[in-house]
Amino acid sequence: MQHNVYIYIAIMAVVTYLIRVLPLTLIRGEITNRFLRSFLYYVPYVTLAVMTFPAILHATNSIWSGLAALVVGVVLAWLGQSLLTVAVAACVVVYVLELLIV
Amino acid sequence: MMEKKNSSWFFKGMRDGMPICLGYLAVAFTLGIAAKNAGLTPLQAGTAAFLTNASAGGYAGFTVIAEQASYIEMAVMILIANARYLLMSASLSQKLAPDIKWYHRLLIGFDVTDEIFGVCIAVPGKLKPAYAYGVFSVAIPGWAVGTYLGVMMGNLFSPSIVSALSVGLYGMFIAIIIPPAKKDRVIAALIIISMALSYAFAAVPLFDGISSGIKVIILTVVISAAAAYFFPVKEDRDAA
Repeated sequence: MQHNVYIYIAIMAVVTYLIRVLPLTLIRGEITNRFLRSFLYYVPYVTLAVMTFPAILHATNSIWSGLAALVVGVVLAWLGQSLLTVAVAACVVVYVLELLIV
Repeated sequence: MMEKKNSSWFFKGMRDGMPICLGYLAVAFTLGIAAKNAGLTPLQAGTAAFLTNASAGGYAGFTVIAEQASYIEMAVMILIANARYLLMSASLSQKLAPDIKWYHRLLIGFDVTDEIFGVCIAVPGKLKPAYAYGVFSVAIPGWAVGTYLGVMMGNLFSPSIVSALSVGLYGMFIAIIIPPAKKDRVIAALIIISMALSYAFAAVPLFDGISSGIKVIILTVVISAAAAYFFPVKEDRDAA
């Protein structure tokens, strides 16, 4: 049976949207349960940390440039630099290092 | 504290969205190449990217199309690849003012990606919808246009540029999680533990069969639940 590409795309769009919008619309107001509140409070930090490492090492052409970007990013963020500065610095570190080592 | 106007929140969102836009542009080319291999036209792939705004989910979808698998299989694949957004949206729901209008919830729900979730969580206080829309306004075109061009002409950037731009997205994640870690030792410890366990998960061959999306969910639920159990937040902690 031949499948219709537009139906495929519609399924992709609808399922993706429902996953994102249901929690936002169903959870109205502030959760009062202390455990759940704490859980949702920690989720961003844990999930972003999990997604960053070790993936950052393999996002670049060399593990070492990825590692350097991680270290420079952490130092700059620790020193209070802005989102844009940290992101651009990570890019520059990788670009320059890969000119030298790859 | 003086309330900022909606327009200034929108422009702040646009500014924070710029690195996302550039990173997306670079990463989306490869998504476009996957779409081309699945037999999609640039317009079809660009539309799919515009409607889904998802990298892993997009790849999963184009794989299903390439295999001409069933519609049910498509729905299940997308659900698995994107399930982490359930957690992110649940977390984001607590960042919205309780009395926010329903249509703002429907609109913000359109584009909860890893990166946009990150910058939205990082704003002080409650999330203003105008800020999210500012981020969307630059991030969504970056993703859709990148995918469109990827189908049409393959990768426009040299590998070294793609390498550099894709690391920018991780640079943003770092910029989001480090400043709170400086003020809160629990968060600092959590970040180190999360990265260590994530590394261990990636290194153990036993877990090779688990998709990366599922790994992220398992680790996030387990670590956050343990942290919530041992270090419940004080009542006023996230009200700032």
